[in-house]
Amino acid sequence: MKDKYSNRFLSVAAIIVFMAVILLSRLVYIQVFAEEYKQFAEDNTRKVKAIKPSRGLIVDRNGNRLVTNETAYDLKGALRFIKAFDTTAFCQIFDIDKEFLEKKLEDLDDGGFYLEAGVILKRLSVKSVALFQERQFDFRGFRLEADITRRIEHPVAAHILGYLGEATQRDIEATENYYRLQDYIGKSGIERQYEEVLRGEKGYQYVVKDKYSREIGKYADGANDIPAKKGLTVMSTIDLDLQAYGEQLMKNKLGAIVAIEPATGEILAMVSSPTYDPTQLTGQGRSNMFAELSADTNKPLYNRAITGYYPPGSTFKPIMALVGLQEGVISASTTFPCRMGYTIPGLHVGCHAHTNYLDLRESIAQSCNAYYCHTFRDCIDQSKFANTQEGFEKWREYMMQFGMGVTLGVDIPNEKKGDFPTVGKYDAVYGAGRWRSSYIISLAIGQAEISLTPLQMANMTAVVANRGFYYTPHLVKDPIVRPIEKKTVPIEKRHFESVIGGMEEVFITGTARWYALDSLIQCGKTGTAQNPHGEDHSNFVLFAPKNDPQIAIAVVVENGGYGSTWAAPIASLMAEQYLTDTITRPHFEKKMFEKDFIHKEPENALATDSLEE
Amino acid sequence: MALAVFGIFNIYSAEHGEGNSIFSSGLNSGAQIKWLGASLVLALAILFIDARFFLTFGYYFFIGVCVLLVVTFLTAPEIKGAKSWLVVGGLRLGQTSEFAKFATVLALAKFLDGFNVDVSQWRTRFLAVGIIMLPVALVILQNDTGTAMVFLALFLALFREGLPGWVLLLPVVMGAIFLTVLIVGFEQMAIALGVISLIVAIVVLLIKLPLRVIWITIGGAIVCVGFAFGVNWAFQQLRPHQQTRIEVLIGLKEDLQGAGYNVHQSLITIGSGGVSGKGFLQGTQTRGSFVPEQTTDFIFCTIGEEYGLLGTSAVVILFVVLLLRVIQLAERQKSKFARIYGYGIVSIIFCHFFLNIAMTLGLFPVIGIPLPFFSYGGSSLMGFTIMLFIFIKLDAGLKHYF
Repeated sequence: MKDKYSNRFLSVAAIIVFMAVILLSRLVYIQVFAEEYKQFAEDNTRKVKAIKPSRGLIVDRNGNRLVTNETAYDLKGALRFIKAFDTTAFCQIFDIDKEFLEKKLEDLDDGGFYLEAGVILKRLSVKSVALFQERQFDFRGFRLEADITRRIEHPVAAHILGYLGEATQRDIEATENYYRLQDYIGKSGIERQYEEVLRGEKGYQYVVKDKYSREIGKYADGANDIPAKKGLTVMSTIDLDLQAYGEQLMKNKLGAIVAIEPATGEILAMVSSPTYDPTQLTGQGRSNMFAELSADTNKPLYNRAITGYYPPGSTFKPIMALVGLQEGVISASTTFPCRMGYTIPGLHVGCHAHTNYLDLRESIAQSCNAYYCHTFRDCIDQSKFANTQEGFEKWREYMMQFGMGVTLGVDIPNEKKGDFPTVGKYDAVYGAGRWRSSYIISLAIGQAEISLTPLQMANMTAVVANRGFYYTPHLVKDPIVRPIEKKTVPIEKRHFESVIGGMEEVFITGTARWYALDSLIQCGKTGTAQNPHGEDHSNFVLFAPKNDPQIAIAVVVENGGYGSTWAAPIASLMAEQYLTDTITRPHFEKKMFEKDFIHKEPENALATDSLEE
Repeated sequence: MALAVFGIFNIYSAEHGEGNSIFSSGLNSGAQIKWLGASLVLALAILFIDARFFLTFGYYFFIGVCVLLVVTFLTAPEIKGAKSWLVVGGLRLGQTSEFAKFATVLALAKFLDGFNVDVSQWRTRFLAVGIIMLPVALVILQNDTGTAMVFLALFLALFREGLPGWVLLLPVVMGAIFLTVLIVGFEQMAIALGVISLIVAIVVLLIKLPLRVIWITIGGAIVCVGFAFGVNWAFQQLRPHQQTRIEVLIGLKEDLQGAGYNVHQSLITIGSGGVSGKGFLQGTQTRGSFVPEQTTDFIFCTIGEEYGLLGTSAVVILFVVLLLRVIQLAERQKSKFARIYGYGIVSIIFCHFFLNIAMTLGLFPVIGIPLPFFSYGGSSLMGFTIMLFIFIKLDAGLKHYF
């Protein structure tokens, strides 16, 4: 039926087609040309999920497990699901107070954990976990999440093993985002140095997620997924029993023990005292514990074995003797006079009462100061040198070769290089070239400007034990990630026998004669090091057996007095424990265990009167 | 022939409803199949009813539906901000406004079919507009602005019957002013219009055009300013969420987490489909239910993501074909009633189709109107089925009677 407006159907049709064209062109633009939407969709729906590999174990040299993994539980909560609950019971279960809980819940809100669960408490105790699981249904919105954490099998070797902590922004940047926040990373010790070996390689899984970030399936059927690689087991050079024994001996004392296997440079024990229970740095109380340890004035977190600076005192004399012999200024039969010390006009270095005109062997056994003052001056003031400075430089070079004044390259972080004076240092004090060997005579007996770390002391002892070389001391024997170098000192082998004879004599007639053993020929040297921090440090270096050295030990007991009183028996007990697995001198052992330098108990009179310096 | 097109539509719809169900909600798809069955039964029933029935009872449907709208408004619980659900004894019977659409079209057609009724007369126009505005008012009372806008589309049918063309231009001009007021600000716009009027006046005086042009310009400017003032005022009266939606749409605000979230996700979903789509059930956005209301108002996103440009353009073209086919059929009707009814449903379906897709494409504010035959929802599907099949029946039946 026609009417006068019937041609208007064209307009209506045109409007419809026009509008449809608008829609179509918009569709073409969005679906074909606008790339950003495709990218958004990927970001929206694809999630890369990191699969954490299990961390490698740490075992001792005999395969005893030192550090393993265990499941720890974190408490998580999502505000959206949290209903009113019995906060009193809740706080009791987790041993927290209400303010703490309220603060944590507020943090959840701030952290945008309304939908997704946020961490409320970490590393819960077994008891809390059990109690919570029993009453889980009373606490809607909270759940436990299992995480793998480190388990320290024995409460020893805290400084060596180290601990894990959450990766910081710096760690993340340094590793080009390998780590993510809340990932754990080794923060100290072997855990840190061998992080890359221990951690394995993260795997990645691509998953499709919905708008609540819930997984709803694999992306591309897992075609792009990368499986995680397990961390490797790290075998330490530490001997668990010896380490534990050393820590027991050093209990309540400040100081360090380092024991090295001379033939390989493997560190058998490295004790820094006071130490702390490394298991306490793994659980829920970690942060509190850490703060407490950091605040402790005895600095238990500080690894004295590689960072402590101690004057070696007389333990330095065997090295002094070796240099003198090599330079030809003394021989095994050289004697020097000593009348209660070394005296020249204007200078006196005291010594203690002993028979006069000691030869080299006796000078080591009796620790004669005068002998080494003579040796030192003769060495530096040789006519072949143009001046004192050149002589000193030559002498210093020898010492460097023994690993003094340099970092040895041990495989845990923070090793310090000690203090070894340079020509420049004395030039600054006295004016360039305006000083003489007599000015720096204290160096002859390992005092004044010389400071070594206990590791350096043990290492120089290893050089003597080896008759002329050492390997880079190290704490991990497998896998080797840092080069272990053999370094030889420029001293003829024959000179070592004279010095070693003296060190043997120390245990026969010398300053450590109380600690001789029938079963074992020990060679050692006492050191009673003056220091600005009060009572002398008690030092001792030892290696044994004499002809086939298995162990080289350095012991420092801070402010312990005579080297023969504390450091010597400790070193001797360590050697006996390691080499014979028995202790034949329980009275010494008992005395060492009981001695407390930290809590200032009344001092027990010592049966042995040390005669030194 | 028309049946064939409808058939394809319905089957496509069913297929889609089913496919959609598996991931979005098993309940929805199952229900939609049920509703589809019910709609087909209704459609068959309509085909058996005498065509004159609709002519005779056109007003009664209308009155009945208006009463239902009032009842709904008075008794309905608030669902998603609107009181559009008729609930009896806890049972959701349906959105009465969906049925009001075809009833209004019937009433309008019957009214204009009467003797001596000519759309060029002001009295007729007034009454016709009244028929449209009554349900509009009732639906606005239900707080369902989107649906109310759909009724306004019936002006398209009135245009076909002789309403002057400027009526259709009016919303375009109004839209332009609306945007200008919101983007530029009311004062600036009033000043600009004043300046334009002044320039026009000067030009007219200089080149000695008839003075009438000046009056028209100034009159137009005053009306525009008045309207702009109205818009400004109305905008202030809107609820904050509505204001935000409008502001987000015209790009005054970026709010991807809040008001802009729907549209942004909708664009991502459609955009990520590309040319050929990700394939049936492969839409990651759809599976992740990133787009809210994806089974209902944002169903077009699923098509966009899973079937790509091919799918979306097919849908758009199918709708256009359907609409043009109905226009063609309407034009060949011998009765005015059937023709006007045909145009009525063209207007309504077009409005739904255009606004819904424009909304998912970010071309129009988000208003809750479904995509005919696609979106999940019993009343909507039944409403459109009834609407279409009445027309088919009119097309098939009325030939014999007139």
